[in-house]
Amino acid sequence: MNQDFKNHMCQALKKNVRMDGRKNDEFRKITVQTGVIAGAEGSAKVTCGDTELIVGIKMNVGTPYPDTPDAGVLMTGAELYPMSNPQFEVGPPGDIAIETARVIDRGIRESGAIDTKKLCIEAGEKVWMVCLDIAPVNLDGNLIDLGALGAIAALRNAKFPELKDGKPDYKHISKKALPISKIPIEITVSKIGESFLVDLTNEEEKFVDARLTVAVLEDDTLCAMQKGGDSPLTQDEILMMIDLAIKKSKDLRKLL
Amino acid sequence: MGKLLVKDKEVVVPGEVIADGMDYLPSFGTYRQNEKIMANRLGLLSVDGKVVKTIAISGRYIPRRNDVIIGRVFDILMSGWRMDINSAYSAVLMMQEASFKFIQKGADLSKFFALDDYVVAKIIRVTSQNLIDLTMKGPGLRKLDGGKIISINTHKVPRVIGKQGSMVSMIKDATGCRITVGQNGLVWINGEPEQESIAVSAIKKIESEAHHPGLTDEIKVFLEKRTGKKIVKAIPQPENKPIFKKPENTGAHNSESVEVPEQKVMRKSQ
Amino acid sequence: MTLKKRPDGRKFDQTRKVEAKAGVIKNADGSGFFKIGNTSAYAAVYGPKELFPRNKQDPKKGLLRCNYNMMPFSGAGDRVRPGPSRRSKEISMVTQKALLPVVDLSNCPNAVVDVFIELTETDAGSRCAGICAASIALADAGITMKDMVSAVSAGIVDNQVLVDLDYQEEAYETGDVADIPVAMIPNTEEITLLQMDGRISKEDFKKALEMVKQPLKDLAEIQRKALKEKYK
Repeated sequence: MNQDFKNHMCQALKKNVRMDGRKNDEFRKITVQTGVIAGAEGSAKVTCGDTELIVGIKMNVGTPYPDTPDAGVLMTGAELYPMSNPQFEVGPPGDIAIETARVIDRGIRESGAIDTKKLCIEAGEKVWMVCLDIAPVNLDGNLIDLGALGAIAALRNAKFPELKDGKPDYKHISKKALPISKIPIEITVSKIGESFLVDLTNEEEKFVDARLTVAVLEDDTLCAMQKGGDSPLTQDEILMMIDLAIKKSKDLRKLL
Repeated sequence: MGKLLVKDKEVVVPGEVIADGMDYLPSFGTYRQNEKIMANRLGLLSVDGKVVKTIAISGRYIPRRNDVIIGRVFDILMSGWRMDINSAYSAVLMMQEASFKFIQKGADLSKFFALDDYVVAKIIRVTSQNLIDLTMKGPGLRKLDGGKIISINTHKVPRVIGKQGSMVSMIKDATGCRITVGQNGLVWINGEPEQESIAVSAIKKIESEAHHPGLTDEIKVFLEKRTGKKIVKAIPQPENKPIFKKPENTGAHNSESVEVPEQKVMRKSQ
Repeated sequence: MTLKKRPDGRKFDQTRKVEAKAGVIKNADGSGFFKIGNTSAYAAVYGPKELFPRNKQDPKKGLLRCNYNMMPFSGAGDRVRPGPSRRSKEISMVTQKALLPVVDLSNCPNAVVDVFIELTETDAGSRCAGICAASIALADAGITMKDMVSAVSAGIVDNQVLVDLDYQEEAYETGDVADIPVAMIPNTEEITLLQMDGRISKEDFKKALEMVKQPLKDLAEIQRKALKEKYK
């Protein structure tokens, strides 16, 4: 990282001007499209500036975890393909992929968005497993927020396949939707120098000192958080970042 | 009789038949297959008498001698620096080419250029195996302090610079920013934040609309609207002849550097 | 017995609906999107760039590296487990061999051109769609190539030779079924990819190859049009 460039950028951010002319708390234009993958039970495509990602849901039948025999299972994965950004490599998921998947998973899980009890087919034996995968096509920053937005859009789009001899019959999809009750929205606020930003591009993410991802529900309750970045944050800063996240979550919620 | 099947200045794609018959001669970016001349890369067709060739419009920067480029230090060697020049190959800046001043052997080279520093340098050598040597000795060649770097399609660089630097000068005058355009598609901009972002959008606009006729006027209107100032300086000749006029193998495209405009004169054909 | 009518009503030598785009991935040096029926492929080209490790470098010419992958949710059946499989490794390899004859990398010695192919939806014919997308992406990246490569499958279903089998036809239960993915250099009609699984007589195989030629040339035109569209 070039310190001169960073200082120059911080000066501009103090005046509330970003590289692409946006204000610090301004998102790029977002579009959400659902039902884009023919073979998936649920899917969504999210674009935001130059970032474009696809979230797909496959549902299959499996055995529940022994400690929750009557609850279905949600599995979240993020596949960061080298196609979407040259910083990624072919191979098993790296740190960023795992963190992204886990943070998004936590937002959905802890919010109670999916009523997992309703995914039970036969307690202790058979439950629905919801496999949610996030795959960027072109990644120009803000993977977590957009991935989480796509995830919830895809979940709301998903329909159960019919059951045939205890197995899912993917040729026949029912009209029954997933039991989604709450909608968590994740917003990441990043700190660069003295300024706080949302919806960073690749270029901006290189300069991040610290970031905080906050998952927010309709009633402004918080349901998951994750601090990232190398620098520490003070309590005041954290509270301010949460306020900004709550404020921005309202804008994103309107897109669904 | 030979027949040209595509018009001059049109986009051709690999495998497209450009001319039929033996009257035309294939040059860069084309090849002959029996009676036909075909394109072997994506480009703009250029017909010069009987010679047809294509001019690249996409792809990475291909280093050429005498190009002034912007590079980033990514390794410090025993007696020089290794630079990323936004190309398939990295370039080396040797100690003795780094400064007019004498650098003691064994000196701490990071005192001159540290990792991640950006510099404006000139290519002095490109070997057949694409080993590249740079120099910093020359007017306008320097380390870049502050500002920011954006990257554009290297084939659009001549448009961003404009005839005799007219386009980039117009942006500089309108926004008050200092701008250096490297032939390798990296552009350095330094100015007031709002003005910088206007300059960036103007450059991006030129990049995406490079093929529009009357682009200079379009950009003038754009800049006037965004800055709220009238651009008084008359532009010598509004360019309505599009795109990449210069044959690319001569390497004689416009170059532009803020501090030393005379540099243009120094650039020579390869 | 012979197949009288295709399940989706297409003519025997008719491909499914095709959509092609160039320059869909901004981060890449070149990119392409190719959709045929319900099979969609993205391809991104990065490079030429320096190749590491150095012992893989070739001082005579650049290396073309292809990577084919199906997104986890792309299949019509179960979720596809992420990561390389024997199948995806083989397809990556035959894809590279299918593209190599047209690509000229002699001007970038020691370098590598990476082609990443990602399937978002698959309904048979995914390797062919991948090759078509990759060919658009390579051209978009300004790589020297003497022609496009277009690919589609030919085959036989219940004694009827036809073009571009979809999943339903591949799984046809009466009579012999053979699926023959073919990639061709349209100008010279040379074949760069040929695989087959199923049962087919030599005569029918010849008929299938003849039948697939024109559709392949039409696909190449669609690929070229997509590239021109980007630079309009």
